[in-house]
Amino acid sequence: MSLSSPLSVLERPVVTDVAASPAPVETSTPRRRRWVRPVLLGAVLPLALIALWQLIATSGLVASYRLPTPLGVWAAGVDLYERGVLYQHVAISTQRVLLGFVIGSVVGLALASVVGLSARVSEFFAPTLGALRAVPSLAWVPLLGLYLGYNEDSKVALIAIGAFFPVYTTVASALRHVDAHLVELGRSYGYSGPALLGLVQLPAVVPAVISSLRLALAQAWLFLVAGELLGASLGLGFLLVDSQQNGRIDRLFLTIILLGVLGKLTDTAVGVLERFLLKRWGS
Amino acid sequence: MSSSSLRDSIASDALSVSIRGLARSFGERRVLNDVSLEIAQGEIVALIGPSGCGKSTLLRHIGGLDTPTAGSITIGDAPVTGLDARSAIAFQEPRLLPWRSLTRNVEVGLPRTRRAASDRERVSHLLELVKLSESAHLRPREISGGMAQRVSLARALARQPGVLLLDEPFGALDALTRLAMQDLLLELHAAEPATIVIVTHDVDEALYLADRVVLLGSSPADSADAVSSVRATVTVPGHRPRDRGSADLAVLRAELLEGLGVATHHLPVTSSS
Ligand SMILES: Nc1ncnc2c1ncn2[C@@H]1O[C@H](COP(=O)(O)OP(=O)(O)OP(=O)(O)O)[C@@H](O)[C@H]1O
Ligand SMILES: [Mg+2]
Repeated sequence: MSLSSPLSVLERPVVTDVAASPAPVETSTPRRRRWVRPVLLGAVLPLALIALWQLIATSGLVASYRLPTPLGVWAAGVDLYERGVLYQHVAISTQRVLLGFVIGSVVGLALASVVGLSARVSEFFAPTLGALRAVPSLAWVPLLGLYLGYNEDSKVALIAIGAFFPVYTTVASALRHVDAHLVELGRSYGYSGPALLGLVQLPAVVPAVISSLRLALAQAWLFLVAGELLGASLGLGFLLVDSQQNGRIDRLFLTIILLGVLGKLTDTAVGVLERFLLKRWGS
Repeated sequence: MSSSSLRDSIASDALSVSIRGLARSFGERRVLNDVSLEIAQGEIVALIGPSGCGKSTLLRHIGGLDTPTAGSITIGDAPVTGLDARSAIAFQEPRLLPWRSLTRNVEVGLPRTRRAASDRERVSHLLELVKLSESAHLRPREISGGMAQRVSLARALARQPGVLLLDEPFGALDALTRLAMQDLLLELHAAEPATIVIVTHDVDEALYLADRVVLLGSSPADSADAVSSVRATVTVPGHRPRDRGSADLAVLRAELLEGLGVATHHLPVTSSS
């Protein structure tokens, strides 16, 4: 008996026509152009700003101890680099941010999974975490300093706290709003617990997880500066305070620019991860 | 394709279903009351009834997805107490996971205890049966509603259930594909009988597929309280495959439409239910 017979009444498989038509072939040239243009366009404003900055700084409108020239800032950077400290400041700050970010978001994801999946656990944890979240972040600094000392641990802990909340809040709420129909589907096909989590809930919240990670990363840099401002002997936050106290306006500008560039770089890295994950798990 | 390879695709023992005095209320709203139905091993039963009368609700109870307010359901010789691996349901909505390809969606239906290379083959075989081989790599957002329904059917078949529960599985299909899928279902059933409960709005479909058609609904007498029970059970004469245009069926068809409240302008017929 032939099983393909039922549909053989159809002279052509109407329903699969869409799929059968080949996808348009992408040549590499327009693809490269597609990202070259936004990059060029995006570079226009920063370059213009630097030019304007140079103009203002050299015009004498603003005193030079209040506004360094772009070249002066560059020179300050080269100077720090040649002394071998620039790398140290950047490295230690990046290390703190990444450590705190990873710890905070992993704990955030874990707790969000438990809280988002079980109404009972949520009732148990949610009010406490909500209250903790309401505490202004900097209020933790003295306590962490007292408990852990003004060392790496306390700084990483502070950054982890900063990274934890965006991940926890966003992901827990996303998990609670996963399509109940799909969850029921998973259950009715024999999935439960971690298997169900892997089948339905986690993939469903991938977009929320990614946007929360981006938020968490921004928070991590924020908390880094807060932590280093208040007690450090190395790092970009320390460089800010140190430059201010010594009237090194050029280094102050340098540090701010470095923070901007580093923040953007790490965000871009998460963006790449995002594109990869959404391709795999996006709908 | 030989019928032995078909046997591999849906091989399992059909199980009987016994519903006794089932009632279900949602808060104040009584939906089902005193529903009793005995379904034999390997039988195909079609559930018809007006929209909102509780067909999906009844099906969900058989699948263990809902708990009755009163009464009991037994599959084989063990009661249904919760989610039940002996049955597989194709929901009224396709419920596909949007981030998985069609193939990977059908794989969800595979029994979780054993997964082997042969299972992969079965999945592609099932996709072929529902005429979706060409589209197997697509994501659900890239396919039509009718295609999604067929994926959902293939997923339920992958389960190799003793009881197959189908909630309007062909509702979104064009007339031609619908007829083809009905024949496919019958062929699958002939090769390896599972007990099938199928909800449909289409009286012709019910008569073509089923051994018995069960009309669910509230009796006109107590129309104030629209609680449903089994209004009529019609045994469809003859053996499958049936002649879609047979005169016997035409009479039953008129009767069932009458039961659904559709005026058929036929001469009155004596009830055979
Ligand atoms: N979870 C629920 N909570 C409250 N009421 C419900 C629930 N599920 C179903 N109902 C009610 O039960 C009744 C029957 O619903 P059901 O989905 O079983 O109808 P149906 O016969 O399948 O209709 P249709 O043919 O339109 O699919 C409806 O009035 C509906 O509002
Ligand atoms: Mg329904």
